[in-house]
Amino acid sequence: MKRKYPYSGLDDILKEVELLNPSGALKLNDSIVSHIYLGAEKIAGEVVSQQEKPKIDWDRKMDDILTSKVFGFPSMLLLLAVVFWITVTGANYPSEMLAAALFWIQDRLTDLCHLLGAPAWVNGFFVEGVYLSMAWVVAVMLPPMAIFFPCFTILEDMGYLPRVAFNLDRLFKKAGTHGKQSLTMSMGFGCNAAGIVACRIIESPRERLIAMLTNNFVPCNGRFPTLIALASLMVLGMTASPGVTIIVVGIVLLGIAATLTVSWGLSKTLLKGIPSAFVLELPPYRRPQLGKIIVRSIFDRTLFVLGRAICVAAPAGGIAWLLANIHSGGLSLLQHCGSWLNPFGQLLGMDGFILMAFILGFPANEIVLPILIMSYLAAGSMTELSSIEQLSNLFVVEHGWTWLTAACMMLFSLLHYPCSTTLLTIWRESRSIKWTALSALIPLVIACIVCFAVAQAARLLGWV
Amino acid sequence: MIDCFSPTGAGKKIRLYDLPIGRPAVVASINADEVTRRRMMDLGLTPGTKVTALRVSPLGEPKAFKIRGAVIAFRKEDADKILIDL
Repeated sequence: MKRKYPYSGLDDILKEVELLNPSGALKLNDSIVSHIYLGAEKIAGEVVSQQEKPKIDWDRKMDDILTSKVFGFPSMLLLLAVVFWITVTGANYPSEMLAAALFWIQDRLTDLCHLLGAPAWVNGFFVEGVYLSMAWVVAVMLPPMAIFFPCFTILEDMGYLPRVAFNLDRLFKKAGTHGKQSLTMSMGFGCNAAGIVACRIIESPRERLIAMLTNNFVPCNGRFPTLIALASLMVLGMTASPGVTIIVVGIVLLGIAATLTVSWGLSKTLLKGIPSAFVLELPPYRRPQLGKIIVRSIFDRTLFVLGRAICVAAPAGGIAWLLANIHSGGLSLLQHCGSWLNPFGQLLGMDGFILMAFILGFPANEIVLPILIMSYLAAGSMTELSSIEQLSNLFVVEHGWTWLTAACMMLFSLLHYPCSTTLLTIWRESRSIKWTALSALIPLVIACIVCFAVAQAARLLGWV
Repeated sequence: MIDCFSPTGAGKKIRLYDLPIGRPAVVASINADEVTRRRMMDLGLTPGTKVTALRVSPLGEPKAFKIRGAVIAFRKEDADKILIDL
């Protein structure tokens, strides 16, 4: 080929560039961008006409309250409390109705088994194990989710979440993490696995890993029913009382504190570094679009999370039924494991059955409480306890629970390892066995240390 | 036309983060590198752009600015990379 240009290769071209533009002093990129903006401004000036500004700038007024020094944090707490209060109070009645309906179906399934002359274990394994655990998960999870997710989506749709990020950013900066972590953390309230996927919005790998490793510290929807039930136990069965809301909000704040502390620890040790650049847009407030909110929160979130929960609850229910019904030496396997774990459980302020329930609940956090009730009753299947008084009777009177047991179980539920789906998501996102293992080990160690410290301190001080 | 490369603002130059709340100013230059520079340019923060300091987070950082009709918040170390003509 004949050479048209006097340059013989890349080196020559680069030399020529260096001659014309010494060490990039001309800043060609800047020049291009500036001219694009100038052009855009010119066009916009000619064709876009703006309405006269309304006298009152509502965005500004709302931001003056929601991000002010005095009202910024109180309004955030209040909104959080209102959302939980609506969820706790509103979920009660539909939960009971759903439970009644699903347990009626269970009886019909049992009838069917009898009719077909199926052996007892078929009815036990499939109806009392697999079906009942699915029914339990639906009855316990669906109503709170169907209330919580739309509430949360309204806040999201209005543009409130970036204000939360704006209010909290300094804390995340101090922890050495990216400002977007407060957004991925908020997603974790819905579902930790969804929160992990949301971490993709953080570009720097270091900060993304920190956000992924600490997402588990905000309680997800699978854990809220457990936390709410335990909080109700602590205030002696007044489910709708403000006491429950206060305890649950307290637990959430503790989770955020744990997120920040562990993030700080990670960015000082395993994942050293300084935060990368962060710009946050505070978009104008918008009127929430109700139809869109319902579709998005019910179909994209509620049914998605519920479907996933049912998929793991079904086999877990089967396994739990087997453990509770295979006997050796007069005790079921579940009882053997429970008494073997008991000394360790006592050290952490709980007992062996609670630890066993957490281990069996690894596939999905929402089945922890049902498994615990099943092992306490030793009835062989996940039993429905319709009222909090019955639950209180079973736990406090028959199994010697104190407020400390409930508190330690709540702490352990808040801090312990993520569920199997979340771990799988962490592995898929990080492609690293090491970080996946650490994301389970770090929370587990912290949960054990915190529960141990709280239990021992409370006992030493004679509070129990 | 605005000369983008040798801004000759008459006023004194300060860092964007030091702009008092409620005051408008004009971007003089951006002293960030690569990705950060790129991101700021994408926001329309070119020399000659008008910016107004709007508000501070309850914890004292970050600060929010009005830039081309949008409200954008910066942490101190990022806003310090933008010089403005007061």
